[in-house]
Amino acid sequence: MVEVTLIEASRRAALQEMRRDERVWVLGEDVARGGLWGQYKDFLAEFGEQRVVSTPISESTIMGAGLGSALVGQRPIIEMRIFDFVMCAMDELVNQIAKIRYMFGGQAKPAVVVRMPHGMWRNSAAQHSQMLEAWFAHLPGVVVVTPATPADTAGLLVQAIRSDDPVLFFDPKDLFWVNGEISEPIEPIPFGVARKVAEGDAATVVTWSAAVPVATKGAELLATHGIKVDLFDLRTIWPWDEGAVIASVKKTGRLLVVHEAVEVAGFGAEIVARVVDQIGPANLKAAKRLAAPRIPVPFAPPLEAQVRLSPEKIVNAVKALIGA
Amino acid sequence: MSDPGDNLRRLTDLYRTMARIRAFEETALAAHKAGEIPGPLHVSIGQEAVAAGICLNLRRDDRLTSNHRGHGHAIAKGADPKRMMLELYGREGGYCRGKGGSMHIADFSVGMLGANGVVAGGIPIAVGAAQGLKMQGSDAIVTCMFGDGAVNRGPFLEGLNWAVLFKLPVLFVCEDNGVAAFTRAASVTAGPGVTDRAKALGVAAITIDGNSAMAVDDAASTAAAAVRRGEGPRLLHVRTYRITGHTSTDAAAWRPQEEVEEARSRDPIARLGAVLAERGVAPSELGKMIEDAHAEMAEARKGASAAAWPEPGVAFEDVQDTGAVAWSKSH
Ligand SMILES: Cc1ncc(C[n+]2csc(CCOP(=O)(O)OP(=O)(O)O)c2C)c(N)n1
Repeated sequence: MVEVTLIEASRRAALQEMRRDERVWVLGEDVARGGLWGQYKDFLAEFGEQRVVSTPISESTIMGAGLGSALVGQRPIIEMRIFDFVMCAMDELVNQIAKIRYMFGGQAKPAVVVRMPHGMWRNSAAQHSQMLEAWFAHLPGVVVVTPATPADTAGLLVQAIRSDDPVLFFDPKDLFWVNGEISEPIEPIPFGVARKVAEGDAATVVTWSAAVPVATKGAELLATHGIKVDLFDLRTIWPWDEGAVIASVKKTGRLLVVHEAVEVAGFGAEIVARVVDQIGPANLKAAKRLAAPRIPVPFAPPLEAQVRLSPEKIVNAVKALIGA
Repeated sequence: MSDPGDNLRRLTDLYRTMARIRAFEETALAAHKAGEIPGPLHVSIGQEAVAAGICLNLRRDDRLTSNHRGHGHAIAKGADPKRMMLELYGREGGYCRGKGGSMHIADFSVGMLGANGVVAGGIPIAVGAAQGLKMQGSDAIVTCMFGDGAVNRGPFLEGLNWAVLFKLPVLFVCEDNGVAAFTRAASVTAGPGVTDRAKALGVAAITIDGNSAMAVDDAASTAAAAVRRGEGPRLLHVRTYRITGHTSTDAAAWRPQEEVEEARSRDPIARLGAVLAERGVAPSELGKMIEDAHAEMAEARKGASAAAWPEPGVAFEDVQDTGAVAWSKSH
């Protein structure tokens, strides 16, 4: 075990896999100089400019070229720089990558990993803070990974690189400098298995990505008031660990889904709907979502703070849920 | 190429390929009209010389990306018309098991990486495939087929720029039939045109007569060889004419009849037929090639119309490995 930052954990995962499999290559803006956060630091020296390719600012072609290379047997890591720019490559992602296996009757499995640092950070305003992971959970043909810790980021990235499915990897950029332990070598973590962060029977709290540490603090605060919750970090929202969540809600009877993204039509709605569907409304005392209002992320710190989750918001939401 | 006997064989091959493409599409159109084929068909009648002339210069392991009008590209690259027809009918046994249809014919076993329902969609994929092949140290090349409508989309600029930057083995082929769906491409395209755009990005580009299979073959042979030698991308701007409408349901009545008639007089199949006749190929032999092509496609039609539909569960297959939704009767 070694303690590293989350971004360093992701660097080591990619490094390990590029050493293991020479078909893996990385393409994106500025990756040859190490990537925006050093997630590919020293890769150029080790793997050379054929496998570590700094591209023009051509998001459509970064995405499409990654796909093209996969169709001839390479395994690209497609770096989108910041999530918001994936919108410039939507055709390549939605109409091509997600569809090509199906449309062609299984002739090709587009083994691509698309890395998209997402979420709020440092007052970066509306075009550099978005959380639209629900869009992609809605999209058949892809896996949606939303880790929150160095260990999960590393293990899930290894799994993503080895996966034959296209994997959309939401790097939580607000957590890049958080420390945590990772194993060496890094073992893959299977998709669709939630991590239980806290144990309790007052309510079930479900979350992912940058909301995880906030919810963890919230759960700790609640525990000091004698309220213990089951807290799950889903880690991947497609597939998601329905089994674990449903078993927990059967026990607690109460569900709170917490996400950074806008509440309206967010992935929390899907979770609540599935849980109601699976355990029946009679077995559910309450279900709520705690998420962002339907506004773009504003710039000024006090304005942005209204969008941001906080441990206090989570404490209040759980208290309301259980009528405490 | 210098041996006149070889050359005659080459021209005969071109002729046969064009005849097969034409027969495939005429058969498909008839089947569509008879209500046997669902959905839209984008046929390329009149453009056969482009597919035939380009693909004659490609190896099986060369890759090709195509657009929405890709039947000819697929046949010329070596795809099996029987499986193509099954796919047009949406039947089991088709290339995509009934999940793609006309716009998504692909045959990876012959390097045909797929038709594409999105204009210019194949361009980024082609440059990426070329980059992958280059990484693997292969000398295979990628041909990227697109229409004149595609040059006004961003991926055209991005893709050419990219191919030059990374010196990739891509042969770009702009199949210029003068129209983009129902709009004259010239009326929506600024500047002097596609070859100038390509040259501005450092891609050697020429315009050729796309209704002459021999001209296409010649240009493609030179360009493909340069690309294969590692000299970077080339672009061929191929002028042709689409005799039929945009889709199977468009009678193209919006075009002046004289224009269509004039184009018919430049029909690429008849033109090459005249050359072959001049070189001593008997008319009966030419007729036989066309008959054989029609017989082959009639057979494909018969097979497809009698083939089984895919089982309902097929709709749930090949979505993804992890997180796939299973088929259940309740769906
Ligand atoms: C991105 C995109 N926009 C619009 C369409 C609808 N569409 C299909 S074919 C076509 C015309 C394309 O023209 P061109 O590339 O010249 O090919 P042609 O049909 O003339 O062979 C259009 C507009 C599409 N398929 N994709």
